[in-house]
Amino acid sequence: MKRAGFDSRWLPILLLLPQLSIIAIFFYWPAVQALRSSFYLEDPFGFGATFVGLENYLRLFRSSEYLKNAWFTVIFSVSVTFLSLAIALLLAVKADKVIRGAKTYRTLLMWVYAVAPPVAGFITLIMFNQRWGPLTNFFELFGWDFRVRLNYNDTAIAMIIASVWKQIPVNFIFFLSGLQSIPRNVVEAAMIDNRSSVSRFWTITFPLLAPTGFFLLITNITYSLFDTFGTIDTILRNNPGDNPVTLVYRVYLDGFRGQDIGGSSAQSVVLMVLVLLLTVFQFRLVERRIHYN
Amino acid sequence: MADLSQPRSVASETPAPRLPVARVNWGAVGDHLILIAGVVFMVAPLLMLVQMSSMPDIETIKSGPSLQWGDQLWPNLMKALFESMSFSGDNTGLNMFWNSTVLGLGFAIGKVIISMMAAYAIVYFRMRFAMIAFWLIFTTLLLPLEVRIVPSYEITQKLGLLNSYTGLIVPLIASATATFFFRQFYLSVPEELLEAARIDGAGPIRFFIDILVPLSQTMIAAIFIIMFVYGWNQYLWPTMIITDESKYTLVQGIKQITQGLEGSQQVPEYGRSNLLAILAILPPVAVVIFFQRWFVKGLTESDK
Repeated sequence: MKRAGFDSRWLPILLLLPQLSIIAIFFYWPAVQALRSSFYLEDPFGFGATFVGLENYLRLFRSSEYLKNAWFTVIFSVSVTFLSLAIALLLAVKADKVIRGAKTYRTLLMWVYAVAPPVAGFITLIMFNQRWGPLTNFFELFGWDFRVRLNYNDTAIAMIIASVWKQIPVNFIFFLSGLQSIPRNVVEAAMIDNRSSVSRFWTITFPLLAPTGFFLLITNITYSLFDTFGTIDTILRNNPGDNPVTLVYRVYLDGFRGQDIGGSSAQSVVLMVLVLLLTVFQFRLVERRIHYN
Repeated sequence: MADLSQPRSVASETPAPRLPVARVNWGAVGDHLILIAGVVFMVAPLLMLVQMSSMPDIETIKSGPSLQWGDQLWPNLMKALFESMSFSGDNTGLNMFWNSTVLGLGFAIGKVIISMMAAYAIVYFRMRFAMIAFWLIFTTLLLPLEVRIVPSYEITQKLGLLNSYTGLIVPLIASATATFFFRQFYLSVPEELLEAARIDGAGPIRFFIDILVPLSQTMIAAIFIIMFVYGWNQYLWPTMIITDESKYTLVQGIKQITQGLEGSQQVPEYGRSNLLAILAILPPVAVVIFFQRWFVKGLTESDK
């Protein structure tokens, strides 16, 4: 708040009203609703709901299907986060170094930011077309008969590739921006002290990029949990069958298609807790963050 | 954060070789090779889509993407824009393009206006409940829409907003990303401006319109771009809220497009489908490329 703020009584309320009312109706109400109905078992024909306590949660953790989805979500998130961060970091370091064509590289490496996740899924389906897909052909060179939507692992790999492709640009932009905010004199001093560019990277650049990296780590985990929904749904063509699905997809399947409101709400609450933990973790890191300017 | 568009001039990293004959800088060649590989990975899929949409579908079905350039681009584009994908006849490419535009622009404009107002109230007024308002708004950053999707749907249904632009756009605005960012920006505006304006007798509305809004122009542009891309690319929410095909967005339509490609008796129309996918990519990508500088600045400064 500014020291010399205005004193009007009604104006600020008027200014806040649109935002607060939208949030109240479309954020707090549904969030409370999810919390509430996670303790109820809803009648599938709409004849009221019975309070069942923690039953919905217990049902979740007893369901081998749910645990399998949870495990897949972990593997999926770790792979997507690690791969997209690593590839983006490599590209950013190189893009920061080259002089010729630097701007062109940047543009060509970041445009995918604006591609919608389902389109990434659509492209993946074409790439992995059973008959002539370029990536199917590529894997065939190694004797790997790649079958998206027919083989559990192959589907998972296709989902990971699509999600990584979609996420590289954001990471690239942040890493590049982080690299360019490292002061010149630090870079020059490092060059005098250390001839090897590889060891210079690990001892100087990498630690200086750590704050950006931590921030991106959380962003990427959140991305792979939530924003990949469109990619996954498109690859599964709306019909999961025996294929891997993430926890968010499961919330949608059970709640929207299966009409299991109680179970779906319990899943929502589990995810909410997960996001809250991630956010707390992120704040802890931000608090400790060091600024090098 | 540094400005990405200004390449930093890096002094020659590898020490100059003693013999002036060998001038090839192998380090730089390696850098370029890695970057080129990255570019191919990112761009090749798009080129493939474009190539396929120029070919007759019969060819594509037999042999897939190739290096040939066909003559079907125009007819395929006409089909994509004006022919409907289903019996209702309402979801032509052009119609979906219009709906996507409404969603993208409506969301971006609504979000920018609402969050500028809210941030102004929080930063520039002495209010007893400013902190409460701030935390109420800020908490929304914690839970993405995907988590509370089913109850959000039920509430939208109760309010009778299914299949309406309002039901499509307004619930998406219920998160505080932009508010938080404008708050940060206002806090960085020098206090003296406010004092000077008050001495000159400017009231809160005058100060906002004549001083703060012009000052925030770059920030508004950056946030607007990010929000437009975000809105245009929404998938899950439109899929749930919109069942009326005349209100389908392009990104939402991708699902129908993919379902049309496989598993049906008629010839899968790759040309048309790919063009619809390209149509769905084009506007947000164009915005990001043309306004790259603002967009990158907004992104790297807002998300922290």
